[in-house]
Amino acid sequence: MKVAITSTGNTLESDVDQRFGRCTYFVIYDTESKSVEYIPNPNKQISEGAGPASVQILAERGVNKIVSGDFGLKVKPLLDSLKVQMIVIKHTQKTVSEIIESLDH
Amino acid sequence: MQVAVISGKGGTGKSSITAALASLSQNIVLVDCDVDASNLYLLFNSTHEEEYAFVGGEKAVIDYNRCTHCGLCMVYCRFDAIVTENGKIKIKEVFCDGCHLCSRICPEKAIAMIEEKNSKYFAGSFRHGKMVYGRLAPGEENTGLLVNKVREKAKQIAKFQRIETILLDGPPGIGCPVMSTITGVDKLLLVTEPSLSGIHDMERMLAVAKHFNIETKIIINKYDLHTELSEQIEQKAKAWDATVIAKIPYEPLFVKAMIQQQSIVEFAPDSPSARIIASIYDTVLLH
Amino acid sequence: MNKNVKIAVAGGKGGTGKTLVATNLFYVIKEEGKEVELIDCDAEEPNAGLFFNGNLIYHSDVMLKVPEINTSLCVYCGKCKEYCNYNAILMIGFSKYIKVIEELCHGCGACSIACDYSAITKKNRKIGEVNQYQVQDKALLTEARMQVGVYSPVNTVKTALKQNPHPYVQIIDAPPGTSCPFIHSVVHADYVVLVTEPTPFGLSDLKQSIETLKGMKKFYGVVINRVDEPNQEMMQYLQKENIKVLAQIPFDRDIATVYAQGGLIAQHLSAYKKVFTGLLDLIIQEICK
Ligand code: SF4
Ligand code: SF4
Repeated sequence: MKVAITSTGNTLESDVDQRFGRCTYFVIYDTESKSVEYIPNPNKQISEGAGPASVQILAERGVNKIVSGDFGLKVKPLLDSLKVQMIVIKHTQKTVSEIIESLDH
Repeated sequence: MQVAVISGKGGTGKSSITAALASLSQNIVLVDCDVDASNLYLLFNSTHEEEYAFVGGEKAVIDYNRCTHCGLCMVYCRFDAIVTENGKIKIKEVFCDGCHLCSRICPEKAIAMIEEKNSKYFAGSFRHGKMVYGRLAPGEENTGLLVNKVREKAKQIAKFQRIETILLDGPPGIGCPVMSTITGVDKLLLVTEPSLSGIHDMERMLAVAKHFNIETKIIINKYDLHTELSEQIEQKAKAWDATVIAKIPYEPLFVKAMIQQQSIVEFAPDSPSARIIASIYDTVLLH
Repeated sequence: MNKNVKIAVAGGKGGTGKTLVATNLFYVIKEEGKEVELIDCDAEEPNAGLFFNGNLIYHSDVMLKVPEINTSLCVYCGKCKEYCNYNAILMIGFSKYIKVIEELCHGCGACSIACDYSAITKKNRKIGEVNQYQVQDKALLTEARMQVGVYSPVNTVKTALKQNPHPYVQIIDAPPGTSCPFIHSVVHADYVVLVTEPTPFGLSDLKQSIETLKGMKKFYGVVINRVDEPNQEMMQYLQKENIKVLAQIPFDRDIATVYAQGGLIAQHLSAYKKVFTGLLDLIIQEICK
């Protein structure tokens, strides 16, 4: 299974980015191969529709689960209809590696 | 910690209260998210240290060396932005929405899209810390992206200067710029006033805050102008699980202070309103 | 006064008192028995209606033409998505998934022109409404109200401005700021009344509004609201720019009280009636110049 984590940087020690559509990086973790891929978010600067455009990127890569701080009103129904699970990590500062660890257990 | 002050409609005294809260701090990052009419930098006469251009959108421009004035673009434009004047095709810049359709369909490839770079954002210092604010160029669509930019800059400064609190002064309304202001903040301060539209706007904001799951505290400003409506506000707030943490009376000192380019806390620290704001500061910004 | 003269009342940032001026101006014209229409273009927060009782005589939904994709014709080529500059189309080719995110759609029509397979048709999406009320025999109140979550109030504002069955005098309550919705509200006005307050905030907003109006080649004058002590800097600026001060409204708790209760000061506080009749006379003089 592929899990996307929104991240503030391109290292495992980076914090989870609270924003979904305008996060700095998407970290895509494959729970089977244990591989980690960093994708800079090209939608960070666009004026409208960063959320759906980010859904596009992740869904195209076959992501089934997304970990982020918040999912906007437009994004939630889209991810629901694509059957992508949303996990909200809020009010706590967690690093990408901490999330990956918890996914492995 | 990031705290945003918002109000729904304008004129509730939100900016004066934000300014007063900021001036209770020794070191804060104050962010003016009302990019359509930013004014806190004026009140505090902040220094101008960094300036950035902001690309707001795109506008279509015609290359008249190629244009044959066939009028196809005019037929397709859904924003009434293309007109003919004495047989010549013209783009009315303020109406152009930047959709690119005309530039795509023009058989002569005579239309190009040009980035709009008239909006700016700034960072500097003021007597209680750092100030970040944006200025949207007239006629541009306020999509919230400039607010995001301003907030990003503020975060960067806070991290670099090791400042803990970021205080955001929100724009009026309930549109995109407001959403951009409150996404990801830790607390919301909602300033309202006892009028029918005030209550209405408060409820709309509370619904949004609930969706984002943000802790929200309410301040009723000028509560004594209509005490029954103020009571109604308190009841409505309760129904939304939000607490009214302060009621500020109608206070001409706010305006007097502003004229002196001070916040009420600086201008009249012993006034009842200044004291109320100090208690808001203690409960919301210190915890 | 010319019958269909259009006067816009604008206030830079929110809360300077533009609705106060617009509603009271409307009131004094209506009391003189003249034909008048008040158009509330602050579509995000229309509230002029709170000051008047009237019968709803006209209602229309403002629609935006958004695309609808016929999935039995769609071949998932992605051309529509590429043409959409607002990220309103989401397509995942391998799972044969395509969706229009209506909230993001600006209704530009690019996608349907892009599609080579005639898979895209149009449908209407409600983005706002226009309500018109008969307040008095010859007085109408028209209100633009946009739906929550719509990308821009501009279409709703434009529709409200067009809904004038009679060539009445129009008072336009413009939205705050100087961005698109403001421009659209004042673009056809013959005269713009800028409401400001004598503070540094007020002055800075006023300057920005004036720069914008100059660019649009509009005629305008200023009403200073909540005057306690005059703001020297503002006065100097206005003098230097040769801008007329049409009226000054004092800083008075009674005004705030009447306003909070949904009352009109020209009606309830007799002293202020003169202020607005005087303002009206000056505006007419200015327009006729
Ligand atoms: S009409 Fe324009 S904005 Fe709407 S989906 Fe089509 S291309 Fe995008
Ligand atoms: S352009 Fe037409 S066929 Fe191609 S993906 Fe869009 S709707 Fe489908």
